[in-house]
Amino acid sequence: MNRYWNEYQKVIADNHFFYERSCIRQTFFPGSEAAFLRILREELDKDIFDDFRQHTCTGIGYHSDIVPLETTMTVVARLFSLMTEHGYKNYVPSCVTSFGVFTEITHMWNEKPELLEKARENLWKACKREFELPENIAHASDIIYKFRNELAKKMKYRLVNRFTGKPLRVVEHIGCHYAKIFPDKGVGKAEFPYVLAGMIESWGGEVVDYPERRHCCGFGFRQYLIQENRGYSISNTKKKLESMEPYEPDFIVSNCPGCSMFLDRWQYTISEMEHKTYDRDGYGIPVLTYEEMAGLLLGYDPWELGLQIHQIQAERLMDKIGIPYNSKEKYRAASGKILRNPEKPANLLT
Amino acid sequence: MLSLDSKIILMGYLVDFIRQDIRYKDALKACMNCGICTAICPAAEFFDYDPRRICDTVQRGDEESIERLLRSETIWECGQCLSCKTRCPRGNVPGMVISILRTVSQEIGYYKDNSLGQQQTEIADGIGSNILNTGYCVHPDIVLPSKHPEQGPVWEWYRNNIEEVAPRFGANYHGDGPGALRKIDKKTMDELRSIFEVTGGKAFLDGLTSD
Repeated sequence: MNRYWNEYQKVIADNHFFYERSCIRQTFFPGSEAAFLRILREELDKDIFDDFRQHTCTGIGYHSDIVPLETTMTVVARLFSLMTEHGYKNYVPSCVTSFGVFTEITHMWNEKPELLEKARENLWKACKREFELPENIAHASDIIYKFRNELAKKMKYRLVNRFTGKPLRVVEHIGCHYAKIFPDKGVGKAEFPYVLAGMIESWGGEVVDYPERRHCCGFGFRQYLIQENRGYSISNTKKKLESMEPYEPDFIVSNCPGCSMFLDRWQYTISEMEHKTYDRDGYGIPVLTYEEMAGLLLGYDPWELGLQIHQIQAERLMDKIGIPYNSKEKYRAASGKILRNPEKPANLLT
Repeated sequence: MLSLDSKIILMGYLVDFIRQDIRYKDALKACMNCGICTAICPAAEFFDYDPRRICDTVQRGDEESIERLLRSETIWECGQCLSCKTRCPRGNVPGMVISILRTVSQEIGYYKDNSLGQQQTEIADGIGSNILNTGYCVHPDIVLPSKHPEQGPVWEWYRNNIEEVAPRFGANYHGDGPGALRKIDKKTMDELRSIFEVTGGKAFLDGLTSD
């Protein structure tokens, strides 16, 4: 078995990273990107650069077929030119779809050098910019995975139920574009992805295996972007939730910005539509990003991580782990002003 | 975009038009019609959608069948998860075949023949204009609670209070300099728009948008 796992190893750079932000993560989970940068700089003493001149990779536009490939290639080329300009060689996208776009495009450039030359020509014509290819492209979750054991030594808490002493049962959901497009670019490839499972095991938890573990969350690009198509999206998440429900997971963790949001929001929607929740007590299954999971265990303030802007609330999970929190701080502004609480869902307990 | 007639005259046949896409060699090599792609496909569970049949049609190269495909709703039912790539024993990528078919359908105007294809205008109006106006595909300013009831009351609370709350999460909402949700500077936006002009992305979007 070890022989096969060796084959699955992927090279992940050690230091000096150029960070590319995610449109969806910035929109729904900005605290996760802040936590990622904090973990790298403060916990791991790594150099990571966050350029204000970056922009979308156009991934959502490309996969909803409104942005042509040549345009996306040249947009990627501009992002690489920022990396080159600052002397970095290790590219780290926050978004799983961006990661898929970069792996797809660099694969095409390697296979067809004339496309690379065309991208250089287009970028020069459009922006008078030049670029080098990254030496290493790793998704942000790969970086946390690589340093998971080092982080474990710094963590104040573990993924253990303090009342029972047993490991927490964790569903890990890998975004499809992390390894399904180019399996050799993902830790553990597409069938046995280990990028999140490795974190969970190193931090004391137990990975839940369930039949629809590899099923898509249901984003579907145009199947969510168009309101009348969203039945596709919620149906896929529902299939996953029904499959994992009998295993009674304590929480779900994902490495994809969209998946984290959909697995959270569709639980709310199903509770409104069908009065159904997927835990025993009616609160829903909390969904964390891997940065939130790491940040909580490192002792970061849950309200600075942004757990209050998830629809499924995480207090019961934090109680299980033994993480302290101040409920009065939950809905305050940065200025300290206490804001009115959000409306309560009709059926989901909070 | 070229007119349909000029494209056909230029390219000869639809099948040539499809096969000259640079992704085609990666997308479809030698399909043996085993149907594993259909078995794993989330869209095939939800719609009457069958990537196996689509690959067969494209591989066969029959012009009339391909034209029907390009005018059909079927090609708009894929969710682009690309689970099909993982499982295909021949290394084909039916999801990428779909991307090629959608590109061709839009370039020659067949997408307008069905209601799902026509939705491309709405996507171009939304995501396309967002990219060119803000530099983001998605941004909190466009995720309106009225159009996104599934986002729930927490999202409505966050949007209503975003200027006061986002700094707690390290975000730089509409601010200068780095950080999540920063305002993207004018020079960057000019360069991004220039890329769309130079590479045909702007013309492609203009062909889809409602204006």
